[in-house]
Amino acid sequence: MTEIFDIYLLEAMVNGILLGGVLALLALGLNLIFGVIDVTWICYAELVMIGMYGMYYLVQYFGLPYYAAAPITILLVALLGGLLHLLVIAPLLSAPPINQLLATGGVLFVLQSVATVAFGIDFRNLGIRLPVLQFAEMHFSYSRLLSFAAALIGMVLVYLFMTRTYVGTAIRAISQDRQIMALMGVDTRRIYLITSALGGALAGLASCLLVLQYDVHPFVGLSFGPITFLICVLGGLGNFIGGFVAAFVFAEIISLGGLFSDLEWGYVLAFAFFIVMMFIRPAGLLARRS
Amino acid sequence: MTIRQFGPWIAGAALIALPFVYREQYHLHLLILILIWSFAYTSWSMMGRFGLVSLGHGGFMGVGAYVTALLWNHLGVSPWIGIPIAMLAAALLAVIVAYPCFRFRITGHYFVLVTLALSGIVLQVITATRDYTGGSLGYTPDRTRGSHLLALQFDDKVTWYLIALGIWAIGLAIWRWVDRSMDRYALEAISEDEDAAAAAGVNVTWEKLKITVISALMTSLAGALYCQYQMFISPDTVSGISVSLQMVFAVIVGGLYVSLGPTVGAIITILLAEILRIGFGTKAVGWDNLVYGVLLVVFIIFLPKGILGSILERLKPYRKKRRA
Repeated sequence: MTEIFDIYLLEAMVNGILLGGVLALLALGLNLIFGVIDVTWICYAELVMIGMYGMYYLVQYFGLPYYAAAPITILLVALLGGLLHLLVIAPLLSAPPINQLLATGGVLFVLQSVATVAFGIDFRNLGIRLPVLQFAEMHFSYSRLLSFAAALIGMVLVYLFMTRTYVGTAIRAISQDRQIMALMGVDTRRIYLITSALGGALAGLASCLLVLQYDVHPFVGLSFGPITFLICVLGGLGNFIGGFVAAFVFAEIISLGGLFSDLEWGYVLAFAFFIVMMFIRPAGLLARRS
Repeated sequence: MTIRQFGPWIAGAALIALPFVYREQYHLHLLILILIWSFAYTSWSMMGRFGLVSLGHGGFMGVGAYVTALLWNHLGVSPWIGIPIAMLAAALLAVIVAYPCFRFRITGHYFVLVTLALSGIVLQVITATRDYTGGSLGYTPDRTRGSHLLALQFDDKVTWYLIALGIWAIGLAIWRWVDRSMDRYALEAISEDEDAAAAAGVNVTWEKLKITVISALMTSLAGALYCQYQMFISPDTVSGISVSLQMVFAVIVGGLYVSLGPTVGAIITILLAEILRIGFGTKAVGWDNLVYGVLLVVFIIFLPKGILGSILERLKPYRKKRRA
């Protein structure tokens, strides 16, 4: 009896790690935008939702193969991210931070309802069912493995971009000191736009991966959006490595909590853990004590 | 003896007299909804105006509604006792979350996101305990077989209108009371600069906690009233992030810094939703939120003081001139 139980436990833990990959990807995008522009996109998960619809229509209606549709979707969501910055964030850059946050809350409403009006409230899925991998009596869905690998590759690419290119260096520099970099001759507006597009592209990549595992509907963003924010806060807003670690911590809690009871309790546990952690380490998991 | 002194009393008398003159059921229903939501929005603005932006109020509202309904259905506790218990529960929740937040100086983005987690928790708990709460399908308080008064269930819209009106007026009175108190200056100082306020002798944690608890108590009362009036609640209508955002939206549109701002916000949002619903029928699903969202963004960019706030600001120089 205990043996079977352990197998389930192990399976849940591995699934948690696999879930953590995509969450880490989302957290990276959000952290990037926060770190550079100092804005929290409350509507970040809704960008992912739009991307998932993009994948759905490209694959189902235009008959594109999955691997051709994915780059188009990533580009599309990157464009959307840039547009969001130009239309909503740029006019508010000097406004109080709370106003920026609330404005993106308005965008959340807009994106959800645009999806409701345009696509209806039916649950849709890609119709691609990937096989389930069986390994030592444990079952892992192939789509999760794929998303985990793709999420890791995406993160490595972003890392290389940030450390090896001129624009990446400028982005990192701006996240360290916003005022000085403008004096050093860096065009902050251009960098902000590039960062927003990059954040959008990460959301696009996440949507390509999530659409393999979940049905898409206009409110799908609410099922992983809040978790993403909590991960970013837990890791320390703008702290990339912290966000990465926190994503896996959260994914494990949800996955293991879901094993012992309903999935909702996994979420409740994760939320409660978050609130407790906020009091123990208010500035994030990896913050140095000052 | 000016219109400023008598105006509120005349308006109040007119509002009380209204249902006895005009009894159109649907319009009364709209008015009741507007009053209940105005009260909820007012309670959000109590915190919001001092820069304490909370997305957890959906959670408080859910606690108010569900605790009252669950106590009534499962234990037969009258809402007259159930509502105070629900309010206490919400206040307790507020203290548990807010006290450490304020103690450890969790402000700005972080505060917003912690409160976001709170409304997330309440929503998930309601959904997860579906054996008791009906989960996402919603929940209905049992119809009373005994006294209507004891069960706080009235079929008569006029009674509900008067109750909602009374609660709404109490909400405004609390708003004014805070507005005229010393706490207001303390809280404004805190919202400008916490360290400076603390240095000036303001007990930052205590002041913030006080306003948060008042706000949570009021919000949970609004949730309980909404439940008793509609006789149906679901996690989506009384808790969760979308309700919290809806509160923020209505208050911002109406005006965050004026007492009647949330009321104006409620009138605009509810009428907008109803007009769209009647105009487009079932096709309107989604359109109301689309208009909300666009308005919210436009307002924050161009009219951050809200409709009423901006109108009053325009009138101000005129008024001063007249007095001089």
